[in-house]
Amino acid sequence: MSRSRRATEEPGWVRYGLLATGLGFLFFFLGLPLVAVFVEALAQGLPAYLEALREPEARSAMGLTIGIALAVLPCNIVFGVAAAWAIAKFDFKGKSLLITLIDLPFAVSPVVAGLIFILLFGAQGTFGPWLAAHDIKIIFAVPGMIIATLFITFPFIARELIPLMQSQGKEEEEAAISLGASGWQMFWRVTLPNIKWGLLYGVILANARAMGEFGAVSVVSGHIRGETNTLPLHVEILYNEYNQIGAFAAASVLALLALVTLVAKTVVEWRMKKETAMLNTVLAPEKTG
Amino acid sequence: MTTHSHRVLPGFGLSLGYTLVYLSLLILLPLGGMVLKTADLGFAQVVEIALGERSLAAFRVTFGASLAAAVVNGFFGLVVAWVLVRYEFPGKRFVDALVDLPFALPTAVAGITLATLYAGNGWLGRWIEPLGLKIAYTPWGIVVALIFVTLPFVVRTLQPVIEDIEAEVEEAAASLGASRWQTFLKVILPAIFPALLTGFALAFSRAVGEYGSVIFIAGNLPLISEITPLLIISKLEQYDVLGATALAVVMLAISFVLLLAINGLQWWAANRYTNREPLEAAAGRASAGAAR
Repeated sequence: MSRSRRATEEPGWVRYGLLATGLGFLFFFLGLPLVAVFVEALAQGLPAYLEALREPEARSAMGLTIGIALAVLPCNIVFGVAAAWAIAKFDFKGKSLLITLIDLPFAVSPVVAGLIFILLFGAQGTFGPWLAAHDIKIIFAVPGMIIATLFITFPFIARELIPLMQSQGKEEEEAAISLGASGWQMFWRVTLPNIKWGLLYGVILANARAMGEFGAVSVVSGHIRGETNTLPLHVEILYNEYNQIGAFAAASVLALLALVTLVAKTVVEWRMKKETAMLNTVLAPEKTG
Repeated sequence: MTTHSHRVLPGFGLSLGYTLVYLSLLILLPLGGMVLKTADLGFAQVVEIALGERSLAAFRVTFGASLAAAVVNGFFGLVVAWVLVRYEFPGKRFVDALVDLPFALPTAVAGITLATLYAGNGWLGRWIEPLGLKIAYTPWGIVVALIFVTLPFVVRTLQPVIEDIEAEVEEAAASLGASRWQTFLKVILPAIFPALLTGFALAFSRAVGEYGSVIFIAGNLPLISEITPLLIISKLEQYDVLGATALAVVMLAISFVLLLAINGLQWWAANRYTNREPLEAAAGRASAGAAR
């Protein structure tokens, strides 16, 4: 590879300059913050760190964070698969508008996402009086936090699946149907095995966002300690109380989650590449050396 | 394409119907409801709130810092993407995976960490402050937080495009006498420019709405380092729901314009680099420049 590129390579000093610039930038803006989270969390030793994590409020925040993610992900998985099926396998009018609308939550500020649900379900909101009369709490309670998280993580899975299913075409599914498979048989035996890595990829990204969301959840949570505090909100409260160890201990759990996310994402990317490479090598063996 | 193939696969009505209902209930109706809410205020009052001294200052800080962060990431993102695609170095796969950290790390964690790093006694602040530059608790802090949060966008939109540049095009330019710098300016840059602009716009759009990472490092002084999302929240906390809504609708309108612009850019980028003609024409242009 380097041999064929020699005529089109940068001079050595440019190469090293670019390498130093790029890696230096990443070191200062990514590497250092990542290390700092753990160093700050362990600043007073392991016992103080574990103590901070064993606190009941920290534990309930972790529980709520996991609970919200478990409530949100199935809804968005079903939506993502349905939307990708309709968009990738059929032609209809307004398709590109639909794709743009699915992207909308990516463009909306998390704070605005929280606000729109306050306007609907808050005390002075559209459904506020009705909800109060029936003693249903959505805002400043867990249901509101789930709805806000649903909004924020809405596009992730659909965005992964649409291009994947478009590139796969529909011949395999059509073959299954014409051989007499029912719709569900076709879905479980043909479609799902084909999209499983893409689906998993979307779920990994959506999960990271669901567990880490701050702005939207913060607006609708009401910050009731031990009740409507997710881990990111718990980090904020402790930090504002100058509890540096507690804040960074909770933050380190979220940073570990981020690292697990990155590893899982890389593994899935590698699996997807391997599967497409297997197909490609049959057609055109790659040059080596 | 034809109505025929519609009939072969099942589930069109079900999947599209479900998609539209879910989209409407969760996204469109709530957003529409907020826009309708501003009808209570009237257009003139929305404009008055949006152009108030404090709101205007918040918009200026938000857009200024977002623009600065997107420019910084446009430059360094190009360098990082180039290095990751074209050069070999130990630990490359690790570095490549690390680029996505800002997508995976919750913004609150980024916020408190950057604030701690850049504070006067922090690892970085203690070296930077003696130089006369305060970063934490100033508008510069906002820029730093936004650089972190939007770092992956430019890198990730550029990487596949740089990978797709065919070696022959660069070889052609070189063999026709173009210097490496001319080849970059006249062959490579035009080929990757739509993607660079897309990454820039994605970064800018994300930065404008960002809240979690910014509030810890910004200092949040009204008129100086207060961003619009924070102003919306403080209006909400003072029970000024209409004021918050007016600002939110302005933000929403801006996000929507940015979203349309990004879609347009992506379409341009997709049609640009799959088409080989402009690249070959560009190789000719570069050599023409060299001849002159």
